[in-house]
Amino acid sequence: MQEKYYGWGLPVDVSVHGWQVDQLIVVVHVFMAVLFIGWFSFLIYALIRFRQKPAHQADARARHFKLPTYVEAGVALFEVVLLCAFSFPIFSQARNEFPREDKALKVRVVAEQFAWNVHYPGKDGLFGRMDPKLIKAVNPLGLDPADPAGRDDVTTVNQLRVPVHTPVIVELASKDVIHSFAIPVMRVKQDVIPGQTVRSWFEAKQTGNFQIVCAQLCGLGHYRMRGFFTVQDKDEFRTWFDAETAKKTGQKQP
Amino acid sequence: MNSELGSTLKRPKRPDKSNHKMESLMGGRRENEKLPFWRRYIFSQDHKVIGIQYGITGLCFLLFGFTLMMLMRWQLAYPGKPLPLIGQFFPETAMISGIMLPEFYNQLGAMHGTIMVFLGVVPLAVGGFGNYFLPLQVGAPDMAFPKLNMVSYWFYFVGGVVMIASFFVPGGAAQSGWTSYPPLADIAPTGQTLWLVGMAFLINSSLLGSLNFIVTTVQLRTEGMSFFRLPFFVWAQFVTAFLLLLAFPPLMAAAVLQLMDRLAHTSFFMPSGLVVAGKVLEASGGGNPLLWQHLFWFLAHPEVYVLILPAMGIVAEIITCNTRKPIYGYKALVYSALFIGFMSFLVWAHHMYLTGMGTKMSAFFQITTMIISIPSVIVLTTMVLTLWGGSIRFNTPMLFAIAFLPMFGIGGLTGLPLGLAAADIHLHDTYYVIGHFHYVVAPGTIFALFAGIYHWFPKITGRRMSETLGKIHFWSSLAFINGIFMPMFLQGLAGVSRRLFDPTQYAHALSTQPLNVFISICAWLLGLAQIPFILNFFGSLFWGRRTGQNPWEATTLEWAAPSPPPHGNFPKPVRVYRGPYEYSAPGRKKDFWPQNALEAD
Ligand code: HEM
Ligand SMILES: [Cu+2]
Ligand SMILES: [Cu+2]
Repeated sequence: MQEKYYGWGLPVDVSVHGWQVDQLIVVVHVFMAVLFIGWFSFLIYALIRFRQKPAHQADARARHFKLPTYVEAGVALFEVVLLCAFSFPIFSQARNEFPREDKALKVRVVAEQFAWNVHYPGKDGLFGRMDPKLIKAVNPLGLDPADPAGRDDVTTVNQLRVPVHTPVIVELASKDVIHSFAIPVMRVKQDVIPGQTVRSWFEAKQTGNFQIVCAQLCGLGHYRMRGFFTVQDKDEFRTWFDAETAKKTGQKQP
Repeated sequence: MNSELGSTLKRPKRPDKSNHKMESLMGGRRENEKLPFWRRYIFSQDHKVIGIQYGITGLCFLLFGFTLMMLMRWQLAYPGKPLPLIGQFFPETAMISGIMLPEFYNQLGAMHGTIMVFLGVVPLAVGGFGNYFLPLQVGAPDMAFPKLNMVSYWFYFVGGVVMIASFFVPGGAAQSGWTSYPPLADIAPTGQTLWLVGMAFLINSSLLGSLNFIVTTVQLRTEGMSFFRLPFFVWAQFVTAFLLLLAFPPLMAAAVLQLMDRLAHTSFFMPSGLVVAGKVLEASGGGNPLLWQHLFWFLAHPEVYVLILPAMGIVAEIITCNTRKPIYGYKALVYSALFIGFMSFLVWAHHMYLTGMGTKMSAFFQITTMIISIPSVIVLTTMVLTLWGGSIRFNTPMLFAIAFLPMFGIGGLTGLPLGLAAADIHLHDTYYVIGHFHYVVAPGTIFALFAGIYHWFPKITGRRMSETLGKIHFWSSLAFINGIFMPMFLQGLAGVSRRLFDPTQYAHALSTQPLNVFISICAWLLGLAQIPFILNFFGSLFWGRRTGQNPWEATTLEWAAPSPPPHGNFPKPVRVYRGPYEYSAPGRKKDFWPQNALEAD
């Protein structure tokens, strides 16, 4: 069902910012290919031309080649371009330039061996208080039932739904060991370090069913720490979300 | 004999002194022949015997690490299928009727990495080649501290035994990756404790070894051997020794802290409020897992250059010798090695871009990472330019040395996207990383080590290895090793995570599964391709063609000693008159001019 998204090489990109990452990857690889092919052709040419021949001695006069100096300067210059024109701005956008919270969907993802607990604040936009001592099989996040902010919170396991064309801010935390929250089609990856909360953001530009990947060795179930990532129409998402919050608060849907 | 060496240390390089030292060593040689077997070959203090001990042990560990990897490759190609033939012999904690368990895969992965790096490549490249050839190339009769040298080997040996023993404790060997990131490593089974203890031995071994290398290079150079007459191999080992000396202590500290976390219930790397498998973890908390990563990578990045610098040294020796030309830009090469050594301490956090690091920090480490790529480009450039105008002999060592260049080139170039934090968002912790560093260490360093074995085998044994078997070994290894690592870049671009026990669990990994089958077949064929080498190695020990002192007509000092060199190395003290690579000097009949040859020779 998902074959169409993936192949040998970069997977499909369904995020708004992902083209920049891809473009950088392509530019670097073209640069690498040019350097390598140029250098390698020279190597092969030199090997053939200067192979040992009978009655012929190596020419050991000291020479000075200018070209390598230019090549090295060129490489250095190009690296400056890669950094300043691509890497710095893209990374800073991913790390610092978060969308406005009132325009974005906020969701918290708590990783554990070997699942992703997804936690949406309810209609009030506030996450309920969590306490590790309250963690039970039925309450994997340890949500405090006494906290009114948490009453309408929606939680799922291994299923992250987001609306399309809406910035999503993910607050990441881990209960036990280091995991890494990665969605290849969304070009996001963020290590989740226990004891810290770290934020990441993305915006999907296309609906579909994709996967969340754990990219950091987290134990024997690392290989199956797979989550589902569903991008839905805004309306579809709203319907689902309203139904879930309603279930939580015990109210009938209007 | 050692006391004499000790006293010469204080007053180096006075001709009469060093002659005296040599004389006493010649006495030492006779004395050595009187020593009982176990003092001569087991607890030996002769740098050559120790070098061989290191080399053989290192080769065995390389083979062992390779075998672990071949088991992993079965699981990756055919997940969930029983391992044919040998699967049934594994205990139930590893495989159930031949079907591998994820715990065991993780042990194989962590131990393959650890063994290859700390017990295979470094001991062979530094402990083996460095020990054997550094004193010879500087014209010294032995290492500065022969006893420390012996202790260094035995620490290494014990470290290796502890690592292997860890497979047999309950819960099996370390399984949190060779990086041992806590909290996972803090709560892992007993094997992790043994991993830490083993590492402590290996770290001490490296520290003692590096002291020896540094002092020997500085103090025991023979008369006339100025720093800029040192062969590049010695420079490479010298810089490597500094890296080992300065980078390992932080890891030692980190290992002790992790040991405390595991045994004394401290929480250096454990934050508060951890909940493992539904239970609140009993730990005082308040620690930080990232502290480990900083300490670990502060060692492990320089360690990468420990893996590559000696390889560059070997390759430089072999390329100049077989092009019959001085190296192009010897000084540029030396300065590059020094600069690489220095910079390698400033790039460690490029392994940590995605841990939540701020943009200023990541910008710093991206810049340093780009800077360190420049001297590596210089090294590769000088090596190819050395070929220009040469008269190239394509013998087996030369083939391996030449192949090192493009292979290391690919490894280096693919480090570029990983060094750019933005591209790393997609590539971090994928098979792209596995492909990248293996190009550096496997077809890179390992090929250089093979080159070194073929090149120096005649010196060590007095016999040559077979060229035919050598060439079979070379061409088949070259084909298969690229078959292994090239497809990994495609898998990495597809986003396939590393350390995956079962790659069919993720849709994007499943789509590259045919590549996994191909890679695994290449890996097993690469294993077969080592058989000609093993045959050649042992066969040549007994039946190889005998050679004289200088079969390759090379210029550096090791070729001025008999093959194999006796205890004390040189029958007469050697004196150096010129630089290391005087090949095809204009106006001379012979196309090589040894460092120790007199003007008239
Ligand atoms: C030449 C043949 C080799 C092959 C086919 C090979 C293959 C592999 C494979 C399949 C993995 C595991 C990937 C994963 O599960 O994520 C791996 C990991 C690794 N290898 Fe190799 N390897 C080879 C040689 C080497 C050498 C020579 C070194 C070191 C000097 C080395 C160091 C490592 C390290 C450090 C890891 C990472 C282990 C970890 O994830 O903790 N390998 N290798
Ligand atoms: Cu995980
Ligand atoms: Cu994981």
